[in-house]
Amino acid sequence: MKLPIFLDNHSTSPMDPRVLDAMLPYFVEKFGNAASRNHAFGWAAEEAVENARKQIAKLIKADPKEIVFTSGATESDNLAIKGVLEMYKEKGDHIITSSTEHRAVIDTAKSLEAKGKATVTYLPVDKFGMVNPEDVRKAITDKTVLISVMLANNEIGTINPVKEIGKIAKEKGVLFHCDATQGVGKIPVDVQDMGIDLMSFSAHKIYGPKGVGALYVRKKNPRVRIAAQMDGGGHERGMRSGTLPVPLIVGFGKACELCDQEMATESVRLAAMRDRLQAGIMKEIDEAYLNGHPTQRLPHNLNISFAYVEGESLLMGMKDIALSSGSACTSATLEPSYVLRALGVGVELAHSSIRFGLGRFNTDEEIDYTIKKVIEIVTKLREMSPLYEMAKEGVDLKSVQWAAH
Amino acid sequence: MAYSDKVVDHFNNPRNMGSFKKDEEGVGTGMVGAPECGDVMKLQIKVQNDTIVDAKFKTFGCGSAIASSSLATEWLKGKTIEEAQKIKNTDIVQELNLPPVKIHCSVLAEDAIKAALADYQKKAEPK
Repeated sequence: MKLPIFLDNHSTSPMDPRVLDAMLPYFVEKFGNAASRNHAFGWAAEEAVENARKQIAKLIKADPKEIVFTSGATESDNLAIKGVLEMYKEKGDHIITSSTEHRAVIDTAKSLEAKGKATVTYLPVDKFGMVNPEDVRKAITDKTVLISVMLANNEIGTINPVKEIGKIAKEKGVLFHCDATQGVGKIPVDVQDMGIDLMSFSAHKIYGPKGVGALYVRKKNPRVRIAAQMDGGGHERGMRSGTLPVPLIVGFGKACELCDQEMATESVRLAAMRDRLQAGIMKEIDEAYLNGHPTQRLPHNLNISFAYVEGESLLMGMKDIALSSGSACTSATLEPSYVLRALGVGVELAHSSIRFGLGRFNTDEEIDYTIKKVIEIVTKLREMSPLYEMAKEGVDLKSVQWAAH
Repeated sequence: MAYSDKVVDHFNNPRNMGSFKKDEEGVGTGMVGAPECGDVMKLQIKVQNDTIVDAKFKTFGCGSAIASSSLATEWLKGKTIEEAQKIKNTDIVQELNLPPVKIHCSVLAEDAIKAALADYQKKAEPK
């Protein structure tokens, strides 16, 4: 077993060597511009791009013509939301989204709001982090032009009832955008069945390269139009200008093809490892709380709060395991995770959360090592924690007058 | 963000971790911070003849908070009450090489020292 262990696969994932092999010819040898229509270099590049488009479309049950390449999911989210708002401004300016969306969606909505270009409803989620489709229905007004709800959450892995939301969107004639970055390649996604009109996702979360993503834009029933957010050569059917990064796109395509072929077995294997991790930790540690939905969650996600110990110190104590925490100390804003807060998780437990993100290349041996390390460090830090000491003495921590600072 | 060697050392090998009985003769206890803020420090001193003969801490918080309080107990031992009053958060920042986002950890440690000293002095006052 090699250290450090990478268990932060929600942040990014290692590239699959098979993806790299597919990409290599497109750097030096087949370097053409896919937009060069008059020579062999361009044709080779174009062929590679169109092949990747097919591989990507197949994974999400779309038509290849509905795939618009971008630099990543953040750009896709921006393009979808700003592009729809601008294109349909005659109809209205109301967006419905949820309070646990990725920052690429929330901050885009907030920026439009601040500029007076949109009014936004941020729907609450239940204690498992799930959006209630009926809340979506109730929030729709005659000014609503877009619903943007994520497929699965990046911190807690909760999977939203996207199909129900898609149905309501269709019924009410409102466009439905879904940030599916964490779900594509991990769980089955079918844009037809789910009633999705626009969908963001990226390559680097599914063992592909960083720097490339896609926006699915529905072509019929209805034909969705978006205003381009960047001027230029009119690539990608005028929706996203800029020379296509052919090697990255080839890698993205290969990554999607591999997910399509292996998802069924891979998701079972990952869920089994995840369950083993969860059981191994929970068996030995009291007052460890699962964040997110107990069953409706991504197969490779586990998010646990360890009462009385702070997240960053947990990470520091397990420096040979790459993990992430909802603790304020690990964020630039010094605020604990807004996702956990939206679930109603107490601030102190939000500070104590650890996210485990499993991936294709993790092994049972790594999971067992992680279980052992988590038990060790939680036990050690609780020994050191005045809160644990007080709780063991029977002090109700909620009744204490803390000197907040 | 990488941690300084001294922070890592205090985190891995905390000095004087533990507790005294609060009502023990000569013991002063300072508890500062709040769970909602992500850090709580408990710092205790044991005083004999105006000199701190022992100190202990327990901390809920990040590595820098743990290191700041561990260092504080090391510095407190052997100091008189008057000398202990002079420990500044900036001394802790310098010794541990704390980055700007972690300065509040050192402030908390200074507050904990002051609170422990105040508690001792309050208890030592003739009733």
